[in-house]
Amino acid sequence: MPIAPMIEVEALTKRFGATRALDNVSVSAEAGRVLALLGPNGAGKTTLVRVLTTLLVPDSGRARVGGLDVTQDAKAVRSIIGLAGQYATVDEMLTGRENLELVGLLYHLDKAVYRRRAADALERMSLAAAGNRPVRTYSGGMRRRLDLAASLIGRPPVLFLDEPTTGLDPRTRNDLWQLIEELVAGGTTVLLTTQYMEEAEHLADQIVVLDAGRVAAEGTADELKGQLGGNVLEIRVRRRADLEKAASLVAGLGRAAPRLDPELNKISMPVEGGPRELIAAGRVLDDSGMPLEDLGIRRPSLDDVFLALTGHATGPGGGEATTRTGAEDD
Amino acid sequence: MTELTIQRPAPRPVPLSLRLALRDVGGITKRNLLRIIRTPQLMFVSLLQPTIILLLFRYVLGGAIRIPGIDYVDFVMPGIFLESVLIGGMTTALALAQDLQAGMIDRFRSLPMARPAFLVGRTLADLSRSVLALAFIIGLGVLVGFRFHNNAAACLAGIALIIAFGFALTWVYAAIGLAVKDPQTAQMAAILPMFVLFFASSALVPVSTMPGWLQPFAQNQPATVTINAVRALFQGGPVYHDLWQSLLWSTGILIVSLIVSLNLYRKATA
Repeated sequence: MPIAPMIEVEALTKRFGATRALDNVSVSAEAGRVLALLGPNGAGKTTLVRVLTTLLVPDSGRARVGGLDVTQDAKAVRSIIGLAGQYATVDEMLTGRENLELVGLLYHLDKAVYRRRAADALERMSLAAAGNRPVRTYSGGMRRRLDLAASLIGRPPVLFLDEPTTGLDPRTRNDLWQLIEELVAGGTTVLLTTQYMEEAEHLADQIVVLDAGRVAAEGTADELKGQLGGNVLEIRVRRRADLEKAASLVAGLGRAAPRLDPELNKISMPVEGGPRELIAAGRVLDDSGMPLEDLGIRRPSLDDVFLALTGHATGPGGGEATTRTGAEDD
Repeated sequence: MTELTIQRPAPRPVPLSLRLALRDVGGITKRNLLRIIRTPQLMFVSLLQPTIILLLFRYVLGGAIRIPGIDYVDFVMPGIFLESVLIGGMTTALALAQDLQAGMIDRFRSLPMARPAFLVGRTLADLSRSVLALAFIIGLGVLVGFRFHNNAAACLAGIALIIAFGFALTWVYAAIGLAVKDPQTAQMAAILPMFVLFFASSALVPVSTMPGWLQPFAQNQPATVTINAVRALFQGGPVYHDLWQSLLWSTGILIVSLIVSLNLYRKATA
């Protein structure tokens, strides 16, 4: 028997003035799976999450969570979802425990239930010792864990995580990944947005690449990497004048045309293999006698995925955490 | 949509009964009261402003203003009491803009709670703070020579009228906070209604001393009729005309700003 998807989005469109934040987007996620929305700032990830969590009404198309329409059955949808975000939305003036108990109350749980769940959640998130301290004394990682705990108080079968690890240090990020894996093992359906290929690869069963409000590609991490090829060859020349010449010397080694960055005197190019192309490039460049700053191969970055899938880069700072500007990603 | 819910795991039923809605209001009110208690400096500063106005008009300017038939201290205090409540309401605009910017409103709007509870809980908490501020300013007024000359029931009715007007204005501030979205702008914008209502009213001087073009506004605006009614309730004198006008204003302001605020909250985006 086919399992009905927990999240179903059909031909969703949302405009803000002249910009289409979402342009005919269709995605779906089965129960107990992780769907990652991958894309740079402004791709429409947050807009899609806001529609699915009933915070924003779409212009056209349909979106259902647990079989419930997010506009027509918004109230019922809110009782089966949890939302945690990039900007930990917990009250600074309240203690960790007070924050969790308030959210439990607003999920309409009995007092005994939400008190017990708040205590359990603090324990599980390693916040038990800080539970009775005001949140303003918490570190960034602690806030993020508390925010996630708040989204779990109602034991929602569907969880939305909007850039859950942006701005976190690697250790805290790994802790959070582990928590998300535990939740999924327990049957929770998760939709998460991320700017990091690595995060999508680590957590997601299914990845949807969003670009300028449209679905640019979707598939498993392996399928996407297959589209992308093996590695990226990177060359930095010392003299800008050598840039074009170096590019033409190595062009034959790549599976796509080399990309030139005159600002950094850098050339990057996707290659099928790795070491063999590196050695070959080293040889021809050395023979030409031009001085090099750097030569190497690396794993594809989000920028490369984007370049390959959409034909343009993710924009300034793409793939890196950016500072909050308020209107970001809307 | 019913046919779909049969095929799939049924969500927990959400009977948004009045009982649950009131429980939501209780939870949000408690949250906001805790915030007020934990920022005593904000409470202190919001008391400082009406205290300065009170002392200014009692001791600096009061000596130069003569109102026939009434001590100036008795004349001016009802307006200053009302002002202390209006100043408190400004923090409603600020707090909502802060909640919006910090993403707190997203959190609450994604929960299965009764949506109006978020705003009702906000205004009720702010009302409690205003009542405390009012008690303080009345105490201070008595200390500098203000006296109630009417019976206790009338005086209590006067205080209730100030509180009712303050509560209605809290919803105007709520709408301002949700509309401007930015805490700094909210603070600046919230000063405007306070200035217009307080200074162009019968709070400090009789309206009859104002220029002719200003009198129609000053005579009929909500703060003037409220202050006139409160003054009559405290000191004795004809009260009914101003009383029903004040109640009408407060009810009208409450209904309009409540609808506007709820509408803004429903569509709120930081």
